[in-house]
Amino acid sequence: MKLLTTNFVKCAVKACDSSADSFPLKYEDVQLVQEEQDFNPEFIANMLERLDWAALLKVAADLGNTSLPSHKPDDVDPTLTENEPLLRDLHSLLLETQITEGKMVCGNCQHVYHIKNSIPNFLLPPHLA
Amino acid sequence: MSRPEEIAPAEIFYNDSESQKYTTSTRVQHIQAKMTFRALELLNLEDFPHYILDVGCGSGLSGEILTEEGHFWTGLDIAPSMLATGLDREVEGDLFLSDIGNGIPFRAGTFDAAISISAIQWLCNADQSGIDPKKRLLRFFNSLFASLKRGGKFCAQFYPLNDLQTENILGAAKIAGFSGGCVLDDPESKKNKKYYLVLTAGRSERNINLENVTMDAPETTRKLSKKQIKENETRKDYIKRKKELMKKRGKVVANDSRYMARPRKIRF
Ligand SMILES: C[S@@+](CC[C@H](N)C(=O)[O-])C[C@H]1O[C@@H](n2cnc3c(N)ncnc32)[C@H](O)[C@@H]1O
Repeated sequence: MKLLTTNFVKCAVKACDSSADSFPLKYEDVQLVQEEQDFNPEFIANMLERLDWAALLKVAADLGNTSLPSHKPDDVDPTLTENEPLLRDLHSLLLETQITEGKMVCGNCQHVYHIKNSIPNFLLPPHLA
Repeated sequence: MSRPEEIAPAEIFYNDSESQKYTTSTRVQHIQAKMTFRALELLNLEDFPHYILDVGCGSGLSGEILTEEGHFWTGLDIAPSMLATGLDREVEGDLFLSDIGNGIPFRAGTFDAAISISAIQWLCNADQSGIDPKKRLLRFFNSLFASLKRGGKFCAQFYPLNDLQTENILGAAKIAGFSGGCVLDDPESKKNKKYYLVLTAGRSERNINLENVTMDAPETTRKLSKKQIKENETRKDYIKRKKELMKKRGKVVANDSRYMARPRKIRF
């Protein structure tokens, strides 16, 4: 799972839909790999607009990265060369960083979702479905 | 031929050998690719790369087309063997083991659009006691609606067992707030007939592409895409447009004459 995805995935339990603690999930015992991907500045700029920056900071901290700027860079035009270094950094962080193993925990119901072979398991036990 | 939906639950039907058989069949690859292209055509997205959800992504046959078209995607599927086959094929999208009847676990406004190819009819099944298809359909559509950006579109090719299933699916989608309906391709052909559910979450600036189809829902006024305008223009329109373009670029072009774009007599 790409790091990007952590900025969107939330607890699947219906009772957690209305809870602010069901996103972002908390990441534990995580293994990461860097995997090269084609650089697409338009896509990164497009996704940057909808990123929840506070959630990104939280998850990055779970994974041991505390070097991100505290505010989201805004109005990043992907056609300007001056923005390329920033977009490349984000590309490497969001698309090339993959979580291969680990746990994701809901801050509301404490349900643990396991990631194995890069695939998060979101099947719910009958009592939560 | 019996329907897979009547044989066993999806996660059991699509075991290791069935997933392999399904994914390596060139016939299946061809059909799934064709239907994915059709779904994208109906979605009528602007050109830049989109973030798309693939509902019931299986081993990624539909997702691979999304990648080919320059999009980024995340897929959900209930069958571990299908996802494992997808991993082996090194598909680009993120894969989630998930039952869509329990909801789409993504925060509001995550996706630009969503597709589903040959999957949502499974939601009409009640394989075990205590399973309520209506409730699952509603949970699916409600959470899908939320996970799409406002005006985001969903196109799903599906294989309804009967009209009642189509009604139940459409009904649940409407309750969740989607507008749209069902598009039927090749209605005359028993074998090639295909159902596409085409839905919009709220208002969209670009309508779905309803070229050459009839829909069982009132059609809203539609704006043609650039591509459609090009496809519909006459030879004369084409030459006029090219001339304008050349003029804009500072080129000298011949004056329009009444012979423009007319077939000329062949002289010897
Ligand atoms: C015919 S396959 C299509 C896969 C892929 N979209 C393609 O075009 O090749 C249907 C898929 O729907 C999945 N499916 C069925 N019920 C599901 C559910 N409740 N949740 C998630 N996926 C489901 C099955 O596991 C299967 O992989």
